[in-house]
Amino acid sequence: MRPCATFATFATLALLALGTCLLPVSAATLRATLIVPADDARLERTRLERAYLGHPGGPAHAGVQVALDEAKFELDAAGAGVAFDPIGAASLEAARAAAQQAEKAGAAALLTDLPADWTRAVAEAVKLPVLNIGNAADALRQADCRANLWHLLPSERMRADALAQALVARKWSNVLMLTGPSASDATRGAVAEAALKRYGLKLVAAKPFKLSADPRERDLANPLLLTGGAAYDVVWVVDSEGEFARALPYRTALPRPVVGDAGLTALAWHAQFERFGAPQVVRRFAKATQRPMTAHDWAAWMAGRALVAAALAAPKGPAAAWAKALTGSELDGSKGVAMSFRAWDGQLRQPLLLTDGQGVIGSAPIDGILHPRNALDTLGADAPEKLCRARS
Amino acid sequence: MNRHHRLACSTLALLAGHALAAPLVFVSSEKDNALTLIDAATLTVQGTLPTCKRPRHMQLAPDGKRLLVACGESHAADVIDLATRKSVGRLALGDDPEAFDISPDGKTLFVSNEDEGTLSFIDIARGQKRASVAVGKEPEGVKVSPDGKTVYVTSEVASLVHAIDIASAKVVKNIQVGKRPRRMAISADGAELWVTNELDASVSIVSTQDHKLLHTLRFEVPGARAADITPVGIAMTRDGRRAFVGLGRANHVAFIDVRARKVTQLVLAGKRAWNVSLDKAEARLYVVNGLSDDMTVIDVAAAKALKTVPVGRVPYQAVVVE
Repeated sequence: MRPCATFATFATLALLALGTCLLPVSAATLRATLIVPADDARLERTRLERAYLGHPGGPAHAGVQVALDEAKFELDAAGAGVAFDPIGAASLEAARAAAQQAEKAGAAALLTDLPADWTRAVAEAVKLPVLNIGNAADALRQADCRANLWHLLPSERMRADALAQALVARKWSNVLMLTGPSASDATRGAVAEAALKRYGLKLVAAKPFKLSADPRERDLANPLLLTGGAAYDVVWVVDSEGEFARALPYRTALPRPVVGDAGLTALAWHAQFERFGAPQVVRRFAKATQRPMTAHDWAAWMAGRALVAAALAAPKGPAAAWAKALTGSELDGSKGVAMSFRAWDGQLRQPLLLTDGQGVIGSAPIDGILHPRNALDTLGADAPEKLCRARS
Repeated sequence: MNRHHRLACSTLALLAGHALAAPLVFVSSEKDNALTLIDAATLTVQGTLPTCKRPRHMQLAPDGKRLLVACGESHAADVIDLATRKSVGRLALGDDPEAFDISPDGKTLFVSNEDEGTLSFIDIARGQKRASVAVGKEPEGVKVSPDGKTVYVTSEVASLVHAIDIASAKVVKNIQVGKRPRRMAISADGAELWVTNELDASVSIVSTQDHKLLHTLRFEVPGARAADITPVGIAMTRDGRRAFVGLGRANHVAFIDVRARKVTQLVLAGKRAWNVSLDKAEARLYVVNGLSDDMTVIDVAAAKALKTVPVGRVPYQAVVVE
């Protein structure tokens, strides 16, 4: 699959790709290829309009482009350049082929916003560093990890740890967990339960829910029935799809808060974050894209910033120097601390924001949660767990 | 303290304020649209003064009679007459002004426009923009060289200090410093530019002759990790021998021997110790604390906090008027 010929059907992508192909690209330009699903159900109009927390707000290339545009001054000043082109892949095989093609064509890095198995296939097919900007699956950081696979988006476990820390700080210790019917819900539910255990919170009951108006299934679908008959401090809802969770707060049998995929949610970013220069970033993003910057957009923007950092560290290359600088630099992501990649699972360590969707209520790691080296490493898998064999 | 006593005290303070014109500390707070006024003698809040929206950097006009307050959301500076303590005008500063400095002849104001990524030259008398120079994103600190020939501006995103020739309004050098450079000070002899790096726990010391990096001074605070040392504010004594740097989330201020380039003392302040300001006698250092909405007053000789005074919401900077 060639970057410039395959997806005339995708207007924005085609335009962008055309732009990059026409630009004279000098030998010292760091080139990266972003691989996304050709037909992405997450980006269907009606889905985007619902704007569920923790879901993408639009195509991933926007965040990367904003990062590259805003770095123009320092790139020019250093005589460095970064070019990137997005490619749509219709299948796992197509994604793998696109990755190999990009590597052959001289790309210094790949960016992916793909399903977990596609991401893994891409990382296995190339030697290039692969920056995962859109997939939060813990498996990609653990059993399915790869030495050349790096993650900008926080993992599900990081998000669950952040929420569990918030519950500890509030002393909301008794948790009722509601989990949806999908395979993703089952995996994420297990991750959430493990976080409860890690932080000494008590799971008072775990119940499955189902979206349904069928009176025969009302035990599964009615929030009052689901949340009645138990004593708890908080309801933790695991709903990868989003529709059930959105309507759960204020409909519980007891007057208790909801956390998880609605109510209080832990995210990499929120457009209402007010500290550390975040409003300027959000404004630049909104100016370029006419939409608010989501957590996925932040991860894409950070990948762009990593590309820029690599190009600045080695303005003339070579590719090996770029690859080293790409994941070895400390990055500034307007969250108040310098962030870096964890050697043991390739994950970017970072603070998470706790939000109800309207504003930012707090951040994690929570004050007072300690770690022997870096408090950021209380979020997600830590080194001694040795969960990624490819890196140990 | 009983009621009678308290009354006597406040009357005394009031009298002292009028008769001797005790120094007054003006504090801008980003979320208040007002300045907090503090009597430097009693270290008590005297009141607030309404100003423009999101006041941040403040500086005395060259005549010393007016205070200029840059307001991010009013796109202007409020001009406050110090004798009457009233706003007497506005000076347009362009989009989202953050920090500024004034040329030694007092005619031109240089302001960073955070959103636009530009440094604007403002003709103060005419109230007009004379020039605008594109710089890296999120420009912040602005400092004019004592000879009035060069203006320096930091870009937080680009981790650069831009040296701009004032006569031609052109960038002459982009100087690579630490991550997220914020504020600057110039040594008394004009030879060194000190730049605080918020995400690098350091100060970059740059030669003003050839714009080369001379030294990086790293901060260490016992019990604090490097990631929590986030220096922003910086002040230097007139003789150029001592510098003071607010260490942000490490909640301390570093006292520095400039010649030795060494930290001599660390003084505990409030949460996220931010901008620092000296009084004329250089006897006291006023440190605003961005996360505890207060200001710590430090006795410089003793290197000890005297008192912490509540100010506005998200305080940005203090200016001592005496």
